[in-house]
Amino acid sequence: MTFVLRRLLGFAATLFVAAAVIFFLLDLLPGDPARFILGINASAEAVANLRIQLGLEAPAWQRFFAWIGSMLIGDFGVSYTQGAPVAALIGERLWVSLPLALFAMVLSAAVGLPIGIAAARRRGSPIDTGLMVLAQLGVAIPNFWFGMLLTLVFAVGLRWLPTGGFTPWHEDPAAALRALMLPGIALALPQAAILARVMRTALVEVTGQDFIRTARAKGMTMSEAVWRHGVRNAFLPVLTILGLQFAYLVAGVIIVENVFYLPGLGRLIFTAISERDLILVRGITIVLVIGVTLTMLLTDLCYALVDPRLREGGS
Amino acid sequence: MSLVEVANLSIAFGALQAVDGIGFAIGKGERFGLVGESGSGKTLTALAIAGLLPETARREGTIRFDGAPLPHDERALARLRGKRIGMVFQEPMTALNPLMKVGRQIGEALALTKAGGDIGALLTEVGLLPTHGERYPHQLSGGQRQRVMIAMALASAPDILIADEPTSALDLVTQAKVLDLIAALCDRRGMALMFISHDLKAVARLCTRVAVLQRGRMVEAGETASVFGAPGDGYTRRLVAAARMQLPEIAHGSPGGVLVATRGLTRRFRQPGSWPLPGKPLTAVDKVDFAVRTGESIALVGPSGCGKTTLARILVGLDTANAGSIAFDGRVYHGADLSPDLRRDLSLVFQDPFSSFDPRMSVAQSLAEPLRLLDGLPPEMHRQRLAENVAAVGLEPAMLTRFPHEFSGGQRQRLAIARALMTRPKFLVLDEPVSALDLSVRAEVLALLMRLKADYGLTYLVISHDLDMVAAIADRVLVMQAGRIVEEGKPAELFTNPRHEMTRELVAARLPAVG
Repeated sequence: MTFVLRRLLGFAATLFVAAAVIFFLLDLLPGDPARFILGINASAEAVANLRIQLGLEAPAWQRFFAWIGSMLIGDFGVSYTQGAPVAALIGERLWVSLPLALFAMVLSAAVGLPIGIAAARRRGSPIDTGLMVLAQLGVAIPNFWFGMLLTLVFAVGLRWLPTGGFTPWHEDPAAALRALMLPGIALALPQAAILARVMRTALVEVTGQDFIRTARAKGMTMSEAVWRHGVRNAFLPVLTILGLQFAYLVAGVIIVENVFYLPGLGRLIFTAISERDLILVRGITIVLVIGVTLTMLLTDLCYALVDPRLREGGS
Repeated sequence: MSLVEVANLSIAFGALQAVDGIGFAIGKGERFGLVGESGSGKTLTALAIAGLLPETARREGTIRFDGAPLPHDERALARLRGKRIGMVFQEPMTALNPLMKVGRQIGEALALTKAGGDIGALLTEVGLLPTHGERYPHQLSGGQRQRVMIAMALASAPDILIADEPTSALDLVTQAKVLDLIAALCDRRGMALMFISHDLKAVARLCTRVAVLQRGRMVEAGETASVFGAPGDGYTRRLVAAARMQLPEIAHGSPGGVLVATRGLTRRFRQPGSWPLPGKPLTAVDKVDFAVRTGESIALVGPSGCGKTTLARILVGLDTANAGSIAFDGRVYHGADLSPDLRRDLSLVFQDPFSSFDPRMSVAQSLAEPLRLLDGLPPEMHRQRLAENVAAVGLEPAMLTRFPHEFSGGQRQRLAIARALMTRPKFLVLDEPVSALDLSVRAEVLALLMRLKADYGLTYLVISHDLDMVAAIADRVLVMQAGRIVEEGKPAELFTNPRHEMTRELVAARLPAVG
């Protein structure tokens, strides 16, 4: 219990610090949002009025806490380029990006882990070498390039899947899913390759441990011992990587959404930055930070679930 | 018919012949000991009998179990060893799966061999409580874990228990208890025992028959009493002499004035509590007062976890006391605040010569590191000092360019001693200086230490749980328990007439001399 409590506190503290960094960094950036909204030709008086209206005249720390307070009740402000509430904009786009990220995560684990286990069990064999060469390639290939390749083969050549764009879920769920297939695969490939390598190394190491020998001494064959005692122990380092990968996935989503022309968070932040919509940028960034921090929290909790040594709140 | 028959067994890794044509037989219910130093092939022999050799090993010769050769099929072999062979290994800290409750791990052994048995009963039989089954390995002490291992080995009611150095990672008191337990279990169950150890006294305590291995060959075998009592082979003779810890007589000079004195030295560690409440502090060193005179050799003995190593770390400035102080040559410090010009007068030799050298630094680089403390020493003197020290510990200066992995354990410990002496210290703390070394090397290293002590006028504080070694080298012994020094005296008097309960327990756990 202590463990969970501590992690939750850590989670809250991380979010607070991240929010402060995001807020004050954007605040320090040169450029006056009011001037940007009204254009270069606006009068100084109009700009000053808008600044008051936007609440930009208050001291930074007051605006920071006001921002935090309104976020807690779900109000992320209003985007001045899109003229719509930031929360609604993000919510809409989240329905594209979140399924995409989750799909990529599940796919990378479903592909990467079995490959890693298979390679570890046949260590030193041609199968192991072949799989690891493939994994090396997978790590090296940039996902936007792989995405374009997938489009060429499966969308342009074979015409199995759309080249890009997105049909909203409520209109045609099947079409929405089809639209996420190629970008999901493009995102999952490098992650799967990394997972395969980590899983292999971890399992090879665990196989040499004394407790595997103990299990064999009890009457198990090597494979039985590895399955019952090895895989779970090998999963600990994999879990760390899995948590970290989510952060990389966020960066990947921004690129891949642009390649596949998906109306997700990645595209939204891209436009928001190029249009200097600071409120929107701030909103999306904090949502991404929450997502990554939440994943870290979940990883930590999973860790405790797997490893009894962590549950006691020790160091 | 014998239970286990090994004939002409050879095991090779590539060109390396690890076991070379050995043969022996173990009868039903017999207690057989296999003695040898590291690299003698004793563990590989045991693994071969259980069919657990590494895949890279090449095995020749025959092993018959209960009249039949070992099956070739992996599953049949696995089930055979599960059912009829129980195994206990050296390292209780890593031999259990850390993610699984120990009761379940024992239950697995029961289920695999379909032996009707009860986890609670097994735990009780090895001297634990049935409730211990609900714990994870990290919640048990080393001795308790080794008992769990034994319970697991007993689960299938095996015909033979193979115990590979089961007590060498345990402290003296625990070691004696575990040896007694193994003996009692073999008697009660009529179980055969194959006991593998480098510790002749432990083998003599348990086994009726022994075989001595040296570099893969069997040099001698027979009744324990006759092999150890009147060894026929030169190597066995050397081992027996080493086990008796007979060191060349050294004239103990009369000690000078007080060199090191502690006053109320205390070190507390915070322990994890249940948040937000702080944990109860653990007092590792509790108001310790003692004094060491120049030229003395003091031994600090006690069970594991009694605070010996923490005390040593504070003395050499690797840790800081929460209360109390140390006076060295009249200058006061509390641990890490030890001033650099004082630091060169104190040195430390660690237990494990394998992990106390940076594998990526040449021996010369490692040895030269302490010279930083001597800013007055001209650089051209460094080379000379290195050569001098390496020669002093009986090695060749030409070896300085090599890397740690090129040396044996004994050589590395000599190098560690050479490194400790680089700054020409007055006071040397030796933390279990020979316990990681092979028996035959131990006596050599101890003799070296005593010679260096005389040559350089050193003062020693030796931490050990080996009372025979302590008796051989110490002028005075401090007995430590739970952070306190509970008894003090000359080894001969202390060990023949122990007054404190802890000392009595240690003396009682001491195994009788061999031969």
